[in-house]
Amino acid sequence: MAKGDVQLLGAWSSPFTNRVQMALNLKSIDYEFIEVNFYSNKSESLLKANPVHKTIPVLIHDEKPICESLIIIQYIDEAWTKNGQSILPSDPYDRAIARFWAAYIDEKWFPLLKELGKESGDETKAAIMRKIFEGAGLLEEAFVKCSKGKEFFDGDNVGYVDIVLGCFLGWIKVTESMAGLKLFDETRTPGLAGWAERFVSHNAAKDIVPEPHKLIEFYMMVQAAKASTG
Amino acid sequence: MSEEWVLLDFRPSMFSYRVKIALAEKGISYECREEDLRNKSPLLLEMNPVHKKIPVLIHNGKPICESVNIIQYIDEVCKDKNGLQFLPSDPYEKAQARFWADFIDKKLHVASMKITWHKTKEELEEAEKEMIDCLKLLEQELGDKPYFGGERLGYLDIVLGGFCSWFCAIDLGLGNISIDAECSKLMEWTKRCMERESFSKSLEEPHKLHDFVVQMRERWGLTNKY
Repeated sequence: MAKGDVQLLGAWSSPFTNRVQMALNLKSIDYEFIEVNFYSNKSESLLKANPVHKTIPVLIHDEKPICESLIIIQYIDEAWTKNGQSILPSDPYDRAIARFWAAYIDEKWFPLLKELGKESGDETKAAIMRKIFEGAGLLEEAFVKCSKGKEFFDGDNVGYVDIVLGCFLGWIKVTESMAGLKLFDETRTPGLAGWAERFVSHNAAKDIVPEPHKLIEFYMMVQAAKASTG
Repeated sequence: MSEEWVLLDFRPSMFSYRVKIALAEKGISYECREEDLRNKSPLLLEMNPVHKKIPVLIHNGKPICESVNIIQYIDEVCKDKNGLQFLPSDPYEKAQARFWADFIDKKLHVASMKITWHKTKEELEEAEKEMIDCLKLLEQELGDKPYFGGERLGYLDIVLGGFCSWFCAIDLGLGNISIDAECSKLMEWTKRCMERESFSKSLEEPHKLHDFVVQMRERWGLTNKY
């Protein structure tokens, strides 16, 4: 498929945007990044590109919009087959496993971190943390099985599950500093601890995952804005 | 090597229906094992330890979980009798099909669960409105085509297909609305699909699904009359 004109509507602080940027980097695709201020009035271009959900990220390729980050990554993989290695595994069973873990991360695990950020009661927070650690345990097992002793979920190379989970590393570090605990630590989840360090320094992810202190500043700003609008 | 396919199933599940439709469309013979969800089998717990849910498809001893994953897996491993696949080959059209499948699971399914489990008349009316809003968007996507896949059945027809009995059950009186009146094109699509053997053999009969939901609600002390 020809290169074409590529734009990404997104926000620097959004891990869902970050993962699409990583996929574009893996395929060495040039694109125009259009920052959307998600917390103020939704821009007309966003509403036109994603009228159903009105969310970012949206990839626009040759004026055609593709929405939902997991779908966008699969689209990038299928539309640019000649650029670099595949993002998803080539074997259908391995692909099914990769999709399973991507859905688990997005629908079950990461929402727990968001929930933790909203709760104030100690007991509720403790209960959520227990679930987060259980989930991290499952992801550790998944890493061991999928990586088969290699560096990334996809083996020697960064692939689908790596970027689906890796995009959250900035927010994971924010959670760790606020909770005073490590989520991926060397004792409980040694595989993930090593993977996380390798991932953030990989070319695909470098300069994309925001620094935790910038995310904290952003988070405080959003909370303040919410409080002032009541 | 001989192929072995086993489906861990629960009869009233819309997610199971769509997998059965996919298997039938591909002409795959499989063993169907019904699960008692109040007493899950050791096999289910072994094959889906993370979610412990059905459907699970086991292909030559290896489990695939989550219905949309299962359908894509079947599609990638087997061409149908005409050598065709459910998902279109064009990457953009594939992305659109996946987008609407995701919409069905995130929005339509949620509305259908709220209709099943509503506690008040207000909750029911709100859930029915949500469902109709979803169906109107899907009708726009269908347009004048016989199927979402175009002239022939495709991925989205199968993903939404799991709901066909449910749509008919709603119109038999599960809700206070008529999908036929509000979204007639979608009901035409439903009837067209239900004439296919893959659908008629896979789906529960609408009146049985209707009765199942009514009985389940009564067991949980929820009223069926307003």
